[in-house]
Amino acid sequence: MQEIPGDLKFMKSHEWARVEDKGTVTVGISDHAQGLLGDLVYVELPSVGDTVKAGNACAVVESVKAASDVYSPVSGEVVAVNEALPDKPETINEDAYGDGWLFVIKPDKLAEDLDELLDPDAYAELIENEDE
Amino acid sequence: MTQKTILNDTHRALGAKMVDFGGWDMPISYGSQIEEHHAVRRDAGMFDVSHMTVVDLHGARTREFLRHLLANSVDKLKAKGKALYSCMLNEQGGVIDDLIVYYLADDFFRVVVNASTRDKDLAWITKQAAAFEVKVTERPDFAMIAVQGPNARDKVLGLLSEETRAKAAKIGKFVAAEGDGLFIARTGYTGEDGFEIVVPEKDVVALWNTLKDAGVEPAGLGARDTLRLEAGMNLYGQDMDETVSPWEANLGWTIALDEGRDFIGRAALEKQKADGVKRVMVGLVMDEKGVLRHGQRVVTPLGDGEILSGSFSPTLGKSIAFARVPAGASDGLQVDIRGRLVPVRIVKYPFVRDGQSQIDA
Repeated sequence: MQEIPGDLKFMKSHEWARVEDKGTVTVGISDHAQGLLGDLVYVELPSVGDTVKAGNACAVVESVKAASDVYSPVSGEVVAVNEALPDKPETINEDAYGDGWLFVIKPDKLAEDLDELLDPDAYAELIENEDE
Repeated sequence: MTQKTILNDTHRALGAKMVDFGGWDMPISYGSQIEEHHAVRRDAGMFDVSHMTVVDLHGARTREFLRHLLANSVDKLKAKGKALYSCMLNEQGGVIDDLIVYYLADDFFRVVVNASTRDKDLAWITKQAAAFEVKVTERPDFAMIAVQGPNARDKVLGLLSEETRAKAAKIGKFVAAEGDGLFIARTGYTGEDGFEIVVPEKDVVALWNTLKDAGVEPAGLGARDTLRLEAGMNLYGQDMDETVSPWEANLGWTIALDEGRDFIGRAALEKQKADGVKRVMVGLVMDEKGVLRHGQRVVTPLGDGEILSGSFSPTLGKSIAFARVPAGASDGLQVDIRGRLVPVRIVKYPFVRDGQSQIDA
């Protein structure tokens, strides 16, 4: 299991969010989530320019086993998507918190949305309880 | 209550991800399901299939009983050790289970049925056996390991005594031999050559570890599912059940309408054939990205059908599936994936044979 980077915030549904210096938010799925899904074979990303709402499904990741919706941790506009992923979805298995990022959002109401997210310790506790 | 095979601790020690499968706590993979799949296609892999149910049938009239019980004809089994794949049907021609039957002696046949259908299978077989004075004995004292792949046989043969090796080396496909306390059948569920080995429970952990030391890669139920789908093999409960006849599950090749044999479900099958089979099972390939999944709607010019087994094919690098569609549907098929209609094409299967794709890119 990969170490959880300290600068991330998490949803209970296993998405991570990283606030970048320029105020945008990068989104991915956690290392724990990729482990649960197994080998990923397909990723459906939103389009740049899409408006997304915190808590709404806006991407899909599919492993050999199952399809899983990805929810946006924050509201705003999609300003970038990881175009390398559709050809190499296994990047998420290999580096969930780095090269396996999914999309970037320019947030509308960042402070409010961040309040709803878990810090790394709370998330670590959540998945620990899940494993029992 | 969840049941465990004797190898449960071994799987956990190997770091397997465990899932519930028909009431059994089984390994879905030990790491990468796709790597396990490739190990079987390219070299040798092994599966714990101890959850499957071994049933021994004893009695002078066992062959006569099986003529009545099974849709395929046990009279195809002429040499001892020979195996046959068959469906076991209800009176309506629906599939109670699919199974393999081995002819071991004139008064002794062995049947291997699915784990998820164990209770109803045993009840049905026992009920039908009474009239033939056949003794039905489940063998929970047996475990089973399937060793599959182009190098699987060589790796197993290398572990056997000289005497057993000589026997096991010369058996043809769908034949079993016995020796070293093992029942070794040249059968499988992956489309690769190999053996399925029935072994006393007390010896199975040692056998597993010996195979692993010989370079046989542990593989989970996840890889088993993609391998059998590529190989064009049905999964009970997903591709057929009691509401589906073998005609509708592309299992017509397993029905033997031999003269004068009154097997259970025969009348219903003959009527269905005479009336015309309304829905058929086909193989599908999707060239676009995405994954076909069980339960998705298939749109055809003749009406809707549905995806039965569907998955990503590691060998083809695209999604494949079985679907049940209206008879005659051939072109213009689409699958509803989360509201998007994606074109798919019907192909002859197996999708993969002897490690090679059978599908035009």
